[in-house]
Formats: sequence, structure tokens, C-alpha cells
Amino acid sequence: MSKPFEPFLLTYDGSADFHTLKRYEEREGYVALRHVVTELEPDETTEIVVNSGLRGRGGAGFPTGRKWQFVPSADKVPGPRYLVVNADESEPGTFKDQILLDKDPHRVIEGALISAYAIGAEMVYIYIRGEMPREAVILQEAIAEARAAGHLGEGLYDTDVRVDVTVHRGAGAYICGEETALLTSIEGDRGYPKIKPPFPAVKGLFGQPTIINNVETLANVPHIISRGADWYRSMGTDQSPGSKIFCLSGHMKNPGLYERPLGTGLLTLLEDESLGGGPWKDLPFKAVIPGGSSVPVLTADELDVNMDFESLQAAGSMLGSGGVIAMDESVDMMESLYNLSRFYHHESCGQCTPCREGSGWVERILHRFHENRGREEDLQLLLDIADQMAGKTICPLADALVMPVQSHVTKFKEDFLKHVGGEIPRIVPPSSWAVG
Amino acid sequence: MSLAFSETAREEIELLFTRYPDKQAATLPVLRVAEREFNGIDEEVMVLVAKTMDMSPARIRGIFTFYTHFRRREWGKYLIQVCATLSCALRGCETLADYLEKKLGIEVGGTTPDGKFTLVKVECLARCGESPVMQVNDDTYPDLTPEKVDEILESLK
Repeated sequence: MSKPFEPFLLTYDGSADFHTLKRYEEREGYVALRHVVTELEPDETTEIVVNSGLRGRGGAGFPTGRKWQFVPSADKVPGPRYLVVNADESEPGTFKDQILLDKDPHRVIEGALISAYAIGAEMVYIYIRGEMPREAVILQEAIAEARAAGHLGEGLYDTDVRVDVTVHRGAGAYICGEETALLTSIEGDRGYPKIKPPFPAVKGLFGQPTIINNVETLANVPHIISRGADWYRSMGTDQSPGSKIFCLSGHMKNPGLYERPLGTGLLTLLEDESLGGGPWKDLPFKAVIPGGSSVPVLTADELDVNMDFESLQAAGSMLGSGGVIAMDESVDMMESLYNLSRFYHHESCGQCTPCREGSGWVERILHRFHENRGREEDLQLLLDIADQMAGKTICPLADALVMPVQSHVTKFKEDFLKHVGGEIPRIVPPSSWAVG
Repeated sequence: MSLAFSETAREEIELLFTRYPDKQAATLPVLRVAEREFNGIDEEVMVLVAKTMDMSPARIRGIFTFYTHFRRREWGKYLIQVCATLSCALRGCETLADYLEKKLGIEVGGTTPDGKFTLVKVECLARCGESPVMQVNDDTYPDLTPEKVDEILESLK
């Protein structure tokens, strides 16, 4: 590709009214929705998305259009269908959906309405993180604007299509980002995941066929409808077409959000002056988590990899949500894992014993290391516990801790051994935060 | 039982019921109405919510306690949540939490004697590119420095 890449998801220009319907309509707002509702059949709409190769941006990377096709026909499963927007962004290191909801809510809503039309849903539920109260209000206002302008409601654009949107706020549970837990939470219960199958596409919300799509995934959809599958496939790789919002955090000069084609080099993201800008204090990078805290960590020697689903898989990690957490040489990887183990233990819903107990055991063992009371045999113990958690639970939260445990312990063994025997003094970060 | 929803809250709840094919689905939204109405939730509020939802208080309590984000009545006027997960840890959230502890004269988990501030550490607030970060009630404050924290605390009346 010779033309420089031009972001189409992150287009926020800093203006205060960017999120309004008026401004959105200036950006071809709701043109794609009107087109599909008035000129395309639902399966023609799905076909465009299938052909684009769009893959889910929530972490799993499942092809979006194919997911829509899993909804059974009305003669097989009668009754309502639901489209659920997963706006429960809480994977550590991930903060891309927040800006889309905050600055470009109509794009997300339009994507959701197109998706709803494709699967025959008359109700969209947007499940938004409890910790995003301001964004929930912005969504409500956008929905009201769209309703008043006839972009949602009864008899859309003089057809018999009807679709409505409800914002449903979560309340501080990471597990509700897991799709079956999210549905249970909308149903008004503790956010417990459910065993699959049945998959939500067949039996989901209120027992009816349900598709759950991530915010960033849906923000792509209006563009794909307007500009076509070929345009979308002109970016990214064969297996991972399109662009991705990469979330850079940790020890970089310029942490933040950067939209680039899938397949962009991780080193480019980390080092380029217009992107991450290199390590913040000019200490070399020691480790990078490439796809949100749940994926295996990469060592400094493993950073020459492209950011797409297949390349990262080949490198023994995952693209996940695109949350890139960089750590420089000052970081003790035992402490990094200890921090993450606390997170997963806190967020385990408690249904499955391997996860509920295992995550606690891991945290407590690491606490021992943290206090310099680690034992050499604990490294094997950590790996054994990880082995007993992996793949043995209803949902992937246990595996989301297993991957950091295995990769941290095997790749950074020396950082753990430093805490065996108890003579290393704690490293206290230099503080400009002294209370005067 | 003396506690009751106001007229406007009751109307809002009736509207919420129309958004779902099943009444129980309104549980979380109704708890949100309740937290706003009574400035937080406690046992008494849970009993009222249970009655409103036609569910047992034990059931409501089980659901309420699963989620960490509903405001509790015993909290201070301002709940300060300091993000403590990895990305923020890498950029000094521990020092932010220490600073707030000293500044407010309370430990993490505590409430100031005047009932103004409650300080807690929480998991990832999804603002990792602007760490360290804290949320005070509904507002998120990114890229914190001691000066900014002082300013924010000063602005909270």
C-alpha cells in the first residue's frame, strides 16, 4: 500500500459538539443504516460484513458476519431476537471503547442498528460499564436524538422495520464482559457465565437468539456498508482485514490510542515517534503484554511481531483487545504478575472451584514472593495450579489468569528467584508525591 | 417501613419495566434509581427494592453484593476510586494512593470523620493511557500529579 493510512474510527477532532447528531450527519451519519433498511435484505447486509472479513474486536476475533449467520431462522426458533452491545470494557490495558462511546456514540448506535437489522432484532441492549456514568448519559442523549430524527423507532424510513435501543448499566464486575455473564446480568441476576452450548446466537437473552458484538466491532460496520468489503480488505492482512485501535499504556513516551491497519509491527507501535515514542525513561523495554492483561507476555526478544490475529498466535500470544502494556527494565515481573493475580482473584465470579480457589492460591503464593518469603518449589506449584485451572471452567476467566502465570513464570524465572530467601530490599519508586 | 420511592422515581421505575420482557431484568436499573434516590443502598433500601421488584430481600441482597459499583449509604459524600491495576501501577498509582491517604488522613477503605471522603482502590478503570487515574463519584480524572490532586480535592465542597 502506497497511500498513508487514514484512521476512520478515531476521527475525533477535539470539538465540543463532535458527539451530536448534527455533526454525525455531516460525517455521513446514518447513510449506511438508511441504505440497508431501504435497499438491502438482511442477508445481503450480513453478506457484505462476511465478505469484509471483519473479526470481533472484543478479544476473541471471531468473524462478525459469520456470527450473525448463526441466528436460526424464525421457523426453527420463533420469537424475538436481540442485539447486545458489549460496552463493558474492563480488560486491563484496554480503553478504546470508552472514547468511541464518549465521542462518537452515533457511530456505535448506527453499527448496532445495522447489526440488529441483519439479524432481525427489534431491541438493542447496550450493556455499558458501571464506571462509565457520563458515557451512559451521552448514549441516552444520542439515542433520544436518533429517535427524534427517525433513525430508530417504529416504521424506520417508511418501511415496516422497527428497532429500539435500551442502555443497561453494569455495576463493576469484570466478568460481565464475558458474553454469557453479560446476558445473565441484563436478566437481572448475579453476573454468572453459562455453559456453551447452547450458544447465545441460538439461546441467549431471555432464552431467545442473541448476538453480542463489541463496541469497536460495531463502529466498523457503517464504514463497511458505505465503502464496501473490498475497501475494508485493502487494509490489514488476509486473515485480519481492516484497522484496529491499539491501546498503548505503561512505560512509553506517548501512551494513548492509535488506529493503524492490522498487521502493523509491534515495534513500530512501541518505538515510532508518532506512536508510542519508545520507552519513557530511555530504559530498554523488558516485556510487553500485546493484547490486554489476559494474554501471554512477550520478552524483549519477542517484540519483532506483527499486530494481527495470526502473527501473534504464531508468536505464542494473542491480539486480544489490542491493549499493549509496555514494561521497561525497572519492572520486577514478579510484581507485575502479583498485580494481575490480585485482579483476577478479585474478579472471579466464584462459580467454578478451579477459578475461585486457584486464583486465590496464585495470589497468596505471589504475596509470599512479594514479602521475599518465596520458595523455589513455588514456581512449579504456580505452574501446577495453572495447569489445573486451564480449560476446566465454564468461562475463560481462569484461562485469562493462566496465560499470564505461565508466561511470566517461564519467561522471567529470575525475577521470581530474587524473592526467594528474603534479602532483597523492596524497591520504592522515587516520589515527587511527598506530602508537604 | 418508612422508606418509599418518590413519585418521580416510581414513574421512572414503571418506565424501566417497559424496556424488558421480564420484570427481573430491571433489577440493576432499579438499584440505580434507588442509589440516587437514597444517596446509596443499605439493608433498608434493599428491602424496598425487593418489594418493588416482587422478589425476596435475600435475592436482592445476593444480586446487590455481587456488584461492587453500587453506592453504599455508609460511604462518604465523595467516593474516591484509585485505579490500582497494572498499567496504572506502572505509572505510580501506589504513590497516588499513599498521597491521598496522607492528605485525607485515612487509610484505603476508610472514610473521613466529617463523612466527606471515602477512599478505595479499584481495578482497571479503562483509562490506562492516562494513568495514574482516579474517579470521584461520576467524574474521572486522568494524568494525575500532586498539584492536580490538590486542586481536585479543593474543588469538592
